[in-house]
Amino acid sequence: MLIDWFTVLAQAINFLILVWLMKRFLYRPILHAIDEREKKIAAELADADAKKAEARKERNDFERKNAEFDQQKSELFSQATEDAKAERQRLIEQARQAADSYTTKRQESLRIDARNLDKAFIQRTQQEVFSIARKALIDLAGVSLEERMCETFTDRLRGIDGMAKARLTETLRSSSDPAIVRSAFQLSESQRQKIQQTFSEIIAKEILVRFETAPDVICGIELTINGQKIAWSLADYLSSLEENVDQILNNKQMITPGAESNSKDTHLAESHS
Amino acid sequence: MRLSPDELIFWQFGFFKINATIVFTWATMLLLIVASKLITRKLSTDLHRTRWQNLLEIIVCGIEKQIADVGLSHPLKYLSFLGTLFLFLATASLCTIFPGYEPPTGSLSTTVALALCVFVAVPMFGIEAHGLGDYLKSYIEPTVIMLPFNIISELSRTLALAVRLFGNMMSGAMIIAILLTITPLIFPIFMTALGLLTGMVQAYIFTILAAVYIAAATRIRQPNSKSDGAL
Repeated sequence: MLIDWFTVLAQAINFLILVWLMKRFLYRPILHAIDEREKKIAAELADADAKKAEARKERNDFERKNAEFDQQKSELFSQATEDAKAERQRLIEQARQAADSYTTKRQESLRIDARNLDKAFIQRTQQEVFSIARKALIDLAGVSLEERMCETFTDRLRGIDGMAKARLTETLRSSSDPAIVRSAFQLSESQRQKIQQTFSEIIAKEILVRFETAPDVICGIELTINGQKIAWSLADYLSSLEENVDQILNNKQMITPGAESNSKDTHLAESHS
Repeated sequence: MRLSPDELIFWQFGFFKINATIVFTWATMLLLIVASKLITRKLSTDLHRTRWQNLLEIIVCGIEKQIADVGLSHPLKYLSFLGTLFLFLATASLCTIFPGYEPPTGSLSTTVALALCVFVAVPMFGIEAHGLGDYLKSYIEPTVIMLPFNIISELSRTLALAVRLFGNMMSGAMIIAILLTITPLIFPIFMTALGLLTGMVQAYIFTILAAVYIAAATRIRQPNSKSDGAL
């Protein structure tokens, strides 16, 4: 008999026991370990996915920010370019204005210089004219002229009247100092007597007269006493003439200050002539 | 010369006896349990694990995949039964390389016991899946006339399972024993190697057939998918 039924029974029981033991000691722990590992891997994969998603999100954010930054950069750049252009325009305008102003100032300065030159030239011319006149008169002063001047002086003394005569008379009478008669040339004795005589006629009294020679009295005679002065000389006429000429020139400058700016050369030429 | 390890009896008390089949079965069981216990004592759930754990995981996952390939939708439910079946048979075959070891599967009693286990397990899984009525109804499909044939089919395939395994394992052991008496050198080694291959193939066949039977029982509403292994 190949089949022993007790053995069959025992083996069946053995097998069932083995099934239970294997389940207890092998399958359950192994499957548990595999499940745990799979869970862990799944968790890690999920974590990796989450990180990936986060990284993607961050990358998108970064790209968006980058794009915004680029846009801002280009905007700022264009704005800066515009500003620079405007600033350049402004600076050019300012420089042009400064140049204009400088040119105007320079023109004004040139005009003033020209005017000063004109003035100096005119003054010099005037001085020269008068100095020539004075020199000519001094050179021409001779005996006859001196005679004539002396007469003219005495005539003037006689011609004094009214208040001036009274004041002169009073001064001559009350003065203790001698009256000083100054002339450009040496008076002759007759001339001195004549002058003395004339004083006497005027104030009816003999007075002390001192005669002096003073070259600065151009072609003339003057009487000085106690601060009062009676004189006749060509210098007076010359001074008068000089004042008149100055006045005329000043008036001319006052009348035509604007008209002369554009025609300096013409003006100078006119001044020369 | 013994035809079966059943005949080597160590202890007997009336009906109860302890023969070589039972002892070698216990030895195999002990080996399996101790090895499992030792390896699973410090299992790692990390990515790094020991080589032994790797081996066990490969075996368990391989069995699970095979069960799934057969067509069982919930392989983990059948893993304990089918996996133990395979591991027991494979271990018994592998241990034949140890001199003096006689595979318990070389005993018809053992193979009958295992076949009976399958014979009982198939309807149990079938009933669990679809209920008693539906399961019993499968015996009268497609017609009532098929009832005796279905019953004969159930019985005969169980007997075929038992005898196929016994025949292969016993023949292997017998061939080696005969060859040892004729040519004690070289040839027994080849035959042992062949016996190992045969044993592994038989373990695989036994387990796959059991899985197919269970699959057929749990897919009872599709009679065309019911297949019988002819191996």
